[in-house]
Amino acid sequence: MWKNLMDWVEYRLPIMRVANMHAIQYPAPRNMNFWYMFGFLATIVLVNQIVTGVWLTMSYTPSAEGAFASVEYIMRDVEYGWLLRYMHSTGASAFFIVVYLHMFRGMIYGSYQKPRELLWLFGMFIYLALMAEAFMGYVLPWGQMSYWGAQVIVSLFSAIPVIGPDLVIWIQGDYVISGATLNRFFALHVIALPLVIVILVFLHIVALHEVGSNNPDGTDVKRKKGSLKEDEKTNFKIHEYYTSKYDIVDDIVPFFPHIVLKDLVGFAFFLLAFCYIMFFNPEMGGYFLEHPNFEIANPLKTPEHIFPVWYFTPFYAILKAVPHKLGGVIAMFAAIIALALLPWIDRGKVKSWRYRCGLHRWNLLIFAVVFIFLGYLGGTPQENWKITASQIATIMYFGFFALLYIYSKNETCKPVPARITE
Amino acid sequence: MSNVSLDAHDSSEAENQPENNTRRRFLTVATSVVGGVGVVGAAVPFIASWNPSIKAKAAGADVEADISKIEPGQLIRVIWRSKPVWIARRTPELIATLAGLEGQLKDPNSDEEQQPEFAKNTHRSLKEEYLVLVGICTHLGCSPQHLKDGAFEEYVEGVPEGFFCPCHGSKFDMAGRVFDNVPAPLNLVVPPYMFIDDNTILIGSEEGAA
Amino acid sequence: MKKLIFVLAMLLPMGAIAAGGGAHLDKAEYDLTDKASLQNGAKLYMNYCLGCHQTQYQRYQRTFSDLGIPVELGQEYLQFTGEKPGEHIKNAMPAESAAKWFGAPPPDLTLVARVRGADWIYTYLRAFYVDESRPFGVNNEVFPEVGMPHVLQELQGVPRKTTEQTMVDGEMVERYVGIKADGSGELSAAEYDTAVLDLVNYLVYVGEPSRLESENIGRYVMLFLLVLLVLIYLLKKEYWRDVH
Repeated sequence: MWKNLMDWVEYRLPIMRVANMHAIQYPAPRNMNFWYMFGFLATIVLVNQIVTGVWLTMSYTPSAEGAFASVEYIMRDVEYGWLLRYMHSTGASAFFIVVYLHMFRGMIYGSYQKPRELLWLFGMFIYLALMAEAFMGYVLPWGQMSYWGAQVIVSLFSAIPVIGPDLVIWIQGDYVISGATLNRFFALHVIALPLVIVILVFLHIVALHEVGSNNPDGTDVKRKKGSLKEDEKTNFKIHEYYTSKYDIVDDIVPFFPHIVLKDLVGFAFFLLAFCYIMFFNPEMGGYFLEHPNFEIANPLKTPEHIFPVWYFTPFYAILKAVPHKLGGVIAMFAAIIALALLPWIDRGKVKSWRYRCGLHRWNLLIFAVVFIFLGYLGGTPQENWKITASQIATIMYFGFFALLYIYSKNETCKPVPARITE
Repeated sequence: MSNVSLDAHDSSEAENQPENNTRRRFLTVATSVVGGVGVVGAAVPFIASWNPSIKAKAAGADVEADISKIEPGQLIRVIWRSKPVWIARRTPELIATLAGLEGQLKDPNSDEEQQPEFAKNTHRSLKEEYLVLVGICTHLGCSPQHLKDGAFEEYVEGVPEGFFCPCHGSKFDMAGRVFDNVPAPLNLVVPPYMFIDDNTILIGSEEGAA
Repeated sequence: MKKLIFVLAMLLPMGAIAAGGGAHLDKAEYDLTDKASLQNGAKLYMNYCLGCHQTQYQRYQRTFSDLGIPVELGQEYLQFTGEKPGEHIKNAMPAESAAKWFGAPPPDLTLVARVRGADWIYTYLRAFYVDESRPFGVNNEVFPEVGMPHVLQELQGVPRKTTEQTMVDGEMVERYVGIKADGSGELSAAEYDTAVLDLVNYLVYVGEPSRLESENIGRYVMLFLLVLLVLIYLLKKEYWRDVH
């Protein structure tokens, strides 16, 4: 009876076929380590943001007059409203933590290299959409940081020659950041951008499954059809979508249950950290929820120090490092574009840093440190030494890409093993 | 399409079956059960958040009504939980007619639970004189009109006073009981209420319950 | 190991960056589980602060029930404005004239503990001192040129910046030793500190009334997740046994 019903549906809608192809019988390299759980975690956080976001929308008032009070209404009057709000606010920061780790994973194991260039690009588009989503979401509580953060970020557009000032007014829908701005950001935050992000995530996953998952060795587990002996092929049941095109090496596990279980272990660790912060320290020392944002927006009084939320601070530091308005904005966007162009900047043929030259490994490590240092510079009060420091760090940030472009042409790499080593 | 295998994942497991299958089965069940508890737990805040908020509860708090100014035969309206509540002072003559209507009513003895226990009587009230009703038709939620001084006779012959719902023509007597052959299925609701003193009614709580 | 250091390096920076400087702040050792302290804090707030500063997002009823105050008692001793316990804690001060009297409208205090921090409030309320050049005759070490009078003066007494004669290298030197009250207040210096701490405790509570409930639920959730983690880990090992 159940089987008949399932068959009836399957004939009309290929649920099981798609599930088998993309989840259950998808071949995944067995040496994927903990670095590979952050994509899964990002998906989970995305779901969390959407669900809690929908629930918050039920009690939130998108108007300059009512927004701040409605957040306190959620925190005080709605049953478990405080929990829903903290799930959402903690989720926003958690999203960027897992996305940054996910991106760094891609960098150390060369996951952006051929044939995964488009996969990387979709990832960068997700990152961009996520930044826009986070920025607009941060405006909604209509606290002091919401207001002045929006003021600073929207003013960036005024650096554009000729049309800049008019563009800013057009974005604001008023001569200042106002209720009109809040309302349009609300619409984009709750409907337009989540839709874009979900579509991009879908494309990201489809593109991933078309080219297959990379792994810490960078050894391809898919070989030319007919190139492998029978005993070199995997015994796991893999969907014929993959086996019909390739021979799959006996170095893989099926996505379900093996990879799912591995990711779930990571998920449990993640939840422990997430829930600890959410229940015991949701402000995270003023980094997840900034202290001045507990004060209602006041267009006449700028807070003593304005910083964006921590996940924007590296780019904010680059913006401030350049002593020229338009130049700063260009540098900031260039920093993101440089990341997007990694597949073409890196001319190496070996993917994983395990088998690449020592310079590459140091380059990556220093880049990570510089990125964190920029985050520190962009997220703390301005001091004189920090101006020079951020200029040096900005040069080092771009230096990573310049160096990579130079040494990757004729790099001496260790031989990549033919089979996965672990 | 016929080669789509629904138990594909079972077979993939079968190829990878270890010797001690019971341990695997036990762990799978245990993890699923505990995980399921987690999912249910995570759903609690989402479900609970749909309950009336403290704001709604504060707005829906008990309402006091001053009845000292109501003349016999008069009806006043107060708002309780954003709903109209009628308080009518019935004349002794009107009360006397209530028993005679029973043949024309759907639920003359108030068997359906549309009132607190104390109002399960002919006059459907705590004190005979005062009728307290939620002024919302039990059909589809319109608010019926109070017709008196013979105006109600147009709808029910020989009954001078009652409630008539303009939306779909439901009719109720001066105890809020619904007449036969109208769309409304039930008598009008009597809210919980109590007399704080002879001149004040508290709507929302009954004696003892609050 | 290198990997682990890396992850830590990626996660740490945000916690490592300390909050900004400013005047030295005394640590407010408040305790949200101390109902007596909270009740005293609520009493102080309603008597000394509410005249000018609202906590307009908090309802009387919430304060009463969270602090274990019966509604009748609360309405009698704590609720001076409004009629119903479900109402928000507001005053009748018109914002415009308030701005005229004090230079700026007195800010709402519902979230002040989350904006300024408990330590700031604790220090601020103990940092008033006599300064005849100011409109209200007092100034504040934590908030210079503050537009607020010292409303707790009847409790603290008149606070003055005090210097003492001390011997340094055989010479008598005038040394600044902090703000000292003149003893005309209802409370001793220690009692005043406790009273201010109670008030801070209450303001921290009002800033986030769900704090204790959150931590209660949090403890159970953490325990549950540990159990879940162990189970998932065992199940993962079980399935991966044959792979490696």
